Amino acid sequence: MAVLVLIECAEGQVKKSALEVASYGAQVAQALSTIAVAVAIGDINPDALGTLGQQGIQKVYYSNQPEVKNFVPTAYAKVIAQAAETSGATVIILANSNIGTAVGARLAIRLNGSLATNVVSLPEISGNTFTVRRGVFSGKAFADVNLTAERKIIAIKKNTFEVLEQEGTAEIEPISLAFSEADLAGAPQETIRTTGKVLLTEAEVVVSGGRGMRGPENWHLIENLADALGAATACSKPVADVGWRPHHEHVGQTGTTISPNLYIAAGISGAIQHLAGVNSSKVIVVINKDPEAPFFKAADYGIIGDVADVLPKLTEAAKALNQ
Amino acid sequence: MRILVCISNVPDTTTKITFTPDNKNLNTAGVQFVINPYDEYALTRAIELKEAQGGTVTVINVGEADSDANIRKALAIGADEAIRVDAKPADALFVARQIAHYAQEGNYDLILMGKESVDYNGFQVHGMVAELLSLPAIVPAIKLDVNGTAATLEREIEGGKEIITVNLPLVASCQQPMAEPRIPNMRGIMTARTKPLKVVPPVNAESGTVYESYSLPEKKSGVKLIDPANAGELIRLLRNEAKVI
Ligand SMILES: Cc1cc2nc3c(=O)[nH]c(=O)nc-3n(C[C@H](O)[C@H](O)[C@H](O)COP(=O)(O)OP(=O)(O)OC[C@H]3O[C@@H](n4cnc5c(N)ncnc54)[C@H](O)[C@@H]3O)c2cc1C
Repeated sequence: MAVLVLIECAEGQVKKSALEVASYGAQVAQALSTIAVAVAIGDINPDALGTLGQQGIQKVYYSNQPEVKNFVPTAYAKVIAQAAETSGATVIILANSNIGTAVGARLAIRLNGSLATNVVSLPEISGNTFTVRRGVFSGKAFADVNLTAERKIIAIKKNTFEVLEQEGTAEIEPISLAFSEADLAGAPQETIRTTGKVLLTEAEVVVSGGRGMRGPENWHLIENLADALGAATACSKPVADVGWRPHHEHVGQTGTTISPNLYIAAGISGAIQHLAGVNSSKVIVVINKDPEAPFFKAADYGIIGDVADVLPKLTEAAKALNQ
Repeated sequence: MRILVCISNVPDTTTKITFTPDNKNLNTAGVQFVINPYDEYALTRAIELKEAQGGTVTVINVGEADSDANIRKALAIGADEAIRVDAKPADALFVARQIAHYAQEGNYDLILMGKESVDYNGFQVHGMVAELLSLPAIVPAIKLDVNGTAATLEREIEGGKEIITVNLPLVASCQQPMAEPRIPNMRGIMTARTKPLKVVPPVNAESGTVYESYSLPEKKSGVKLIDPANAGELIRLLRNEAKVI
């Protein structure tokens, strides 16, 4: 028996969400009196994998075959299934990301497992029940779900669990598999980077603008504050629909769901579909000139005022903090 | 080209979610159900492809008779025929096994659906269907074009996108800006009445999860307002009180 975690990487480095996944896995392993091991795929700095020992990982199965340099769901599922067989894993932990959920679905079929995505709690294990809490109805509710199959696959919500820091170095064991043509179908021919700065889904702080920003020419107000706070930028749906900002920045029920530590909304009314994508942020700040804007009801801090006046003051204060 | 579009029947996005007193079921009193918004992107793109290149669009739903109104809506928007697998959608695994079964029977070139449903937010059905049918799945796809026997798609990744060319058949899960959803017109609504809606029995399939109970998030304690003349104070509060920067 073991708990296996998938380590996602970006540009050769372990993602913060992967440290959360590793730490979560180590805690589940402890509850089950077993060990936590990891599988990492792609072109990754081996030192970064070794330091996963600090999150309680004992061994990392590492595949850096050229075929899986980019994410290919079927090939990834094959590597993870192999690591699960080798380690005898009964629980697999993933991030609730595009990668985690795509391989999770395949693994659930391949390994005959139960899958829960968008998980926000550690499991409650007693007798033969294994229950986790997951977000449902787009952030408006939670469900407690019992995973009934012998193998459990859990995709945890980002920025929801602590990263453990302890002593230790993980041992690295290479794995190498033969991939068929079918395994590699769907591999990308080209990758285009659209943002060079902070990734929206990984960001701890997000500054977001709505229709109240009045036009793309005012977006430097959002960007300047984001830069001062080391934050990612986001927007409401109508802002992306009219092309003021790219669609991948659109958050909400039909856009990206985020749960940063801090979400700053400027000129956004707080429609229920917008809230659905951001309401699990730990702290919400709302800047709106309308005191009746519904967003204030979901906010922790608020400023009733004009974005053109308030945002530069915040940027200045944030810069002063950094000095 | 034969296209299958999977649609789920979900509470309207403005719904205030509440549960029955035992917290075991959604309180559906007064709730209006709609086609899952992400599935609408898939449906519209399927109809656009059919209009440009010919073929048929079939919609499939796993659900009980209360789904029929939204299935008819999909037909009114432009799908040619519909299949309803007559069963309560117990969980993603159960639903995926039903869809995979009927998808195989229908021999489709493209199987499209939304990237997630806005009720259970699983992100699971597309990957499961693809795995069950040994097909590639492009998840989440923001662009889809078909040229003969291959498709070119754009897949959203964190901080960018990938361009993927892959042979049909395939599964893709859709999200904006895949297509602009359409509203059914009068003619569509009239013709939808006579389009075939086949109700079929579920195949035997187990589910992998049991939903025990539901709960609502804790309410926020109330907003603390800061004077706009002294906006910088907010930054100090975020550092010293909320400790988030
Ligand atoms: C099926 C469906 C799905 C949807 N999905 C999403 C989604 O995923 N994400 C999303 O965001 N929306 C979504 N929407 C749209 C949503 O209902 C709202 O229309 C949208 O969120 C409003 O965007 P907004 O707040 O930027 O604009 P508005 O509602 O127009 O609000 C602008 C706000 O700016 C304030 N303002 C104006 N000028 C200033 C100023 N100078 N200074 C300060 N404040 C100012 C106004 O008081 C107002 O509150 C969806 C809708 C539907 C029907």
